[in-house]
Amino acid sequence: MSVPYAKLPAWVDYGLIPLINLAVAFAVAGLVVLAVGESPVRAAGLMIQGAFGYGEGIGFTLYYATNFIFTGLAVAVAFHCGLFNIGGEGQAYVAGLGVALPCLWLDQFAPWYLVFLAAIVGSALAGAAWALIPGWLQAKRGSHVVITTIMFNFIASSLMVYVLVDVLKPAGSMAPQTRAFAESGQLPRLDWMFSWAGVDMGGAPFNLSFLLALVMAGVVWAVIWRTRLGYEIRTMGHSPRAAAYAGIRQSRIIIITMMMSGALAGMMALNPIMGDQHRMQLDFVGGAGFVGIAVALMGRSHPVGIVPAAILFGMLYQGGAEISFEMPQISRDMITIIQGLVILFAGALENMFRPAITAFFATLGGARADKSIAAAE
Amino acid sequence: MEYFDTLIVILQSTVRVSVPLILAALAGLYSERAGIFDIGLEGKMLAAAFAGGAAASVYGSALVGLGAAVFVSVCLALVHGFASITQRGNQIVSGVAINFIALGATVILGQAWFRQGGRTPQLGEGERFTTVELPFAAELADIPVLGSIYSNLLSGHFLLTYFAFALVPFTWWVLYRTRFGLRLRAVGENPGAVDTAGISVIWLRYRAVICCGILCGIAGAYLSMAMTAGFVKGMTAGKGFIALAALIFAKWKPVNVMFACLLFGFLDAMSIRMQGNSLPLIGEVPVQFMQALPYILTVILLAGFIGKAIPPRAGGVPYVKER
Repeated sequence: MSVPYAKLPAWVDYGLIPLINLAVAFAVAGLVVLAVGESPVRAAGLMIQGAFGYGEGIGFTLYYATNFIFTGLAVAVAFHCGLFNIGGEGQAYVAGLGVALPCLWLDQFAPWYLVFLAAIVGSALAGAAWALIPGWLQAKRGSHVVITTIMFNFIASSLMVYVLVDVLKPAGSMAPQTRAFAESGQLPRLDWMFSWAGVDMGGAPFNLSFLLALVMAGVVWAVIWRTRLGYEIRTMGHSPRAAAYAGIRQSRIIIITMMMSGALAGMMALNPIMGDQHRMQLDFVGGAGFVGIAVALMGRSHPVGIVPAAILFGMLYQGGAEISFEMPQISRDMITIIQGLVILFAGALENMFRPAITAFFATLGGARADKSIAAAE
Repeated sequence: MEYFDTLIVILQSTVRVSVPLILAALAGLYSERAGIFDIGLEGKMLAAAFAGGAAASVYGSALVGLGAAVFVSVCLALVHGFASITQRGNQIVSGVAINFIALGATVILGQAWFRQGGRTPQLGEGERFTTVELPFAAELADIPVLGSIYSNLLSGHFLLTYFAFALVPFTWWVLYRTRFGLRLRAVGENPGAVDTAGISVIWLRYRAVICCGILCGIAGAYLSMAMTAGFVKGMTAGKGFIALAALIFAKWKPVNVMFACLLFGFLDAMSIRMQGNSLPLIGEVPVQFMQALPYILTVILLAGFIGKAIPPRAGGVPYVKER
């Protein structure tokens, strides 16, 4: 199939067009705010104030962003291989077991860094295992990974309800959650980063897993763009046929990519479980797996784009909570709309404005060429 | 006799919960047979349920509600069509987007308009659909077995229920016995051939997407105006995805769709019924397992262990006319 669009300068392709798409998504979201009878400008102001205006707000923004960096990276890795992993939600949910079980076993006697290490490995393994089955089915049996990962989200949700209600709930407790972890099952908060800047973080649960998320962003960059495996993944994504012709073992790459994706989604479980609640609760993922889709699309599947996109969504989550104090009409659900609009405009309608922009640059280029001809004469 | 009565009750609720699944799965069938994958069934149904509940309570008429439900659902379907047919965007991404937009917008607008925590007001008489009794249902009820089947299982449903079941043979007829159906199937398998025959691929696919929107709208209206009296936040609760699973499970064939939906509906009815009870031979089955069973079955089917589900060949691929 031919690519029906002319080539544009890189800054337009990677900067201008995503920004325009994003602006349109937010403009439509503004219309919804208007329909509800509030001022979009005031809402935006409140949101930014709530997310960045004071120490605790910034702490919460970065705490939410941590979740989205993990899940965004997970979706992006799969995108590079031409796979759409909608199962981040389920993978992160099941990976909660990989975090909670080491914590429950080790928190009485091991120091926190050993527990953390075990939980990292556990969450990555559990997430990868939950993504392995859809990956294997796609690679070996040709079942579409989108459908199977959707199904696995629902299966994960049923499984975790069963595990939390019937297995892990302490005897005599009513709430479907594990017991609270001891001190060493809790991640250190990053107050020191805030005190450098002279800001007080207050009660925000901003913790060590943020740094892990940044490290993973670097690892993803290195693996995708600087290793042979990454090259093979990207080749598969661009053209499965070329990959087959080049002797790349397709099913192996699909399975490995899905497991990497699942492992990244799984690590997201560290942040809420060890970093904030210090126990595993029902539905702790809270949609972060799906936000990852919007984040990856917005960040163009590149870690350099994903980190700011995740922080933007962190701002929406934190700022959105603040708005609802001032404007009771606008609850957290507004973020779900924005998320959908970003996915629509940055994903499905990605090329809507491209013809107009291409035409604009063509006339601009034409005018410039005319001028240089005139100058030469 | 007691077992028989229990069975009738379970089958009755099977029919009740299967109807939205059948409507949504048939909606997906029209779209996917034309080569447009649609994982936005859930979102369209949810938006339609909200629009139906809201319009019915504001205007006091069930028909207006149904109209509003279908209208909103078709609008969303057209957005999906615009993204995936005209803009040649990724169909999965577009479907995901529609699900989120519907999920958020129904709560925000519901709260702004009705201030009942995302619910629409309780629908009264005339504002919702009522059940119809088949002729002689009351008189025949005393006949053993057959009377019970007739008056408890077949009679006393909503008109929409009969409509949904009538739609199954109708869809079969449209798909396999009309020119439109032939072209619809062709455009999902090989749009190039359809284009060569001088038929517009784009218009055909848009019509398929509109059919999908209409049926999703009716499914949503059934949820908020027949099954319950009013819209509740997130009331589709994954039914759109179960319908999608049923559609795959049925290998994109209308009659199979009905049986798949009845099977999944039966599992649903059983899981409600069995809460706390134990089955003979097997013992107590966790409710969560019953809830997950439709998804597990679909995955097993997709893996090719019970037959093979082959999707329409051009599904998910945007059509680019040769230039």
